[in-house]
Amino acid sequence: MGLELYLDLLSQPCRAVYIFAKKNRIPFELRTVDLREGQHLSDAFAQVNPLQKVPVLKDGDFVLTESVAILLYLARKYKVPDHWYPQDPQACARVDEYLAWQHTALRRNCLRALWHKVMLPVFLGELVSPETLAATLAELDMALQVLEGKFLQDKAFLTGPHISLADLVAITELMHPVGAGCQVFKGRPKLAAWRQRVEAAVGEALFQEAHEVILKAKDSQPADPTLKQKMLPKVLAMIQ
Amino acid sequence: MGLELYLDLLSASCRAVYIFARKNSIPFDFQFVDLLKGHHHSREYIEINPLRKLPSLRDGKFILSESVAILFYLCRKYSAPSHWYPPDLHMRARVDEFMAWQHTAIQLPMNKILWLKLLIPMITGDEVPAEKTEQMLAEVKSNLKLFEEKFLQDKMFITGDNISLADLVALVEMMQPMAGNHNVFLSSAKLAEWRMRVELAIGSSLFCEAHDRLVKLAEWDCSTLDPIVKERIGNLLQKFK
Repeated sequence: MGLELYLDLLSQPCRAVYIFAKKNRIPFELRTVDLREGQHLSDAFAQVNPLQKVPVLKDGDFVLTESVAILLYLARKYKVPDHWYPQDPQACARVDEYLAWQHTALRRNCLRALWHKVMLPVFLGELVSPETLAATLAELDMALQVLEGKFLQDKAFLTGPHISLADLVAITELMHPVGAGCQVFKGRPKLAAWRQRVEAAVGEALFQEAHEVILKAKDSQPADPTLKQKMLPKVLAMIQ
Repeated sequence: MGLELYLDLLSASCRAVYIFARKNSIPFDFQFVDLLKGHHHSREYIEINPLRKLPSLRDGKFILSESVAILFYLCRKYSAPSHWYPPDLHMRARVDEFMAWQHTAIQLPMNKILWLKLLIPMITGDEVPAEKTEQMLAEVKSNLKLFEEKFLQDKMFITGDNISLADLVALVEMMQPMAGNHNVFLSSAKLAEWRMRVELAIGSSLFCEAHDRLVKLAEWDCSTLDPIVKERIGNLLQKFK
C-alpha cells in the first residue's frame, strides 16, 4: 500500500495538504473522511487516528497527524522544490515563524468565522448571537491586519519572493471565511493581489478544485439529531 | 552585537529557548523583558516585536519571533547534536507533529490553569467559579492522557531513546501550573518518570535555574502592577471567562 491521505476538503488543513501533494505530483490514495457525516467519529477511523481528526497521513505503518508536520514530511520525502521550505536558515525561519503563529491566530479566527456565521446555524441548527458573530469577525479583522502588516508587507509572498508552505497554509485558511461569505479581500488590495499570485503559483484549476467543497459550505444539509448530539460538544471545544 | 534573546522566564516558550541555548553553550545576550512590569508593551520592545510577545531573537538585523521557529533556527545555525531534531524522517515528523499539536493542546490549557488558579484571583481579587476551573482541569487531564498514549507511549522520550526539542517544549509547558500550586505530574507515574528523565538530560541545575522565577510567582506583590497593564490583563481575562 502506498501513501494514503485521509482528508475532507471541508477542512482548511486538509486543503493545504491536498494542494501540496497534487501540485508536487506526489502519488497518494485519497481516503475521504466525510466530516458532515460524522465519519471521523467512527470506530474504523479511530483505528487510523484515535484523535478523530483530519488530515492524517499513512505511509505503510507510519501514521502522522497535524497538517504542518504532514507538509514538512512530504516536502522532505519527495524532495520538492526548495522554495516551499527553503534550505537557507533565515528564509526557513520565516516559514517556521508563520506556521507556528497561525495555529492560535489566523487559523483559529478563520475557523470561528466559518462556524459562527454558517456551520453552527446551518449544519447544527444552533443560533449564534449577533454579538458573538460580530466579535469573531472583529478578531478575524485583526488577524488579517497582522497577516498583511507583519507577514506580507511589501513582498510578493509571505516569506519572500517565492511561494512557500506559509502561503499555502494561509490561503487555505482564508478560504474558510470566504466560504462563509465574508469579504476578506475587500478593502485589502495588497492581500487581494497576494491571493492572485498564490492562486497562479498553485494553478487555478487545482486551486478551484480544492475549494469547491468549502465554497458550498452554506448549502450543508442539517445534521440529524443523533449526529448533532455527538458533534456539538466536540465542535464547541474545537472552536473555543 | 551578538545574538540577543528577549525573554522573561515566566513564559514557558521563553524557558524552552533559554534552556536550549544554555544547554548547547550558544552565546547570547539575555535581554530581560519584564512581563510583570508590562515591558513587552514598551516602545523599545514593540520595535523588536510589534505583536508584543515573547520570546524574540535578534541576530544582527534578523529578528525572529515564535519559540518553535527560534528553536529550529538555533538548532540549525549552531549545529546542535542531532537528537534534538533527528534527521530520520519519521522521528523528525514526530517532533514536528508534537510542536504543532502542543500550541492548542498543551501550552494554552497549561497557561490557563495558571491564570484561573493564581493570576486572576491575585490581580482582580475575584475567585474564578469552581465549575470553570473543574472544566479546565478535566480538559488538561484528557490532553495529558493523549500525550502519554500518542506521543510518549512506552518510550523513554518522545522520539525514542534520546531527548529532543519536543520533550523540552512539553516539559516547560507542563511546569507552568506549578506556580499556581498545581502539579500535573502527581496524577501519573509515567509522566513523573518522563519528567525526571528530561530534567536529568537537561541538567537539574539549569532546569531549576530556568524555573526559579516561575515558582516564586505567588510571592509577587501585584499591587505594583502598572494600571495600564492591569487594564490590558482585564481584557485578556475576558478570554478565560
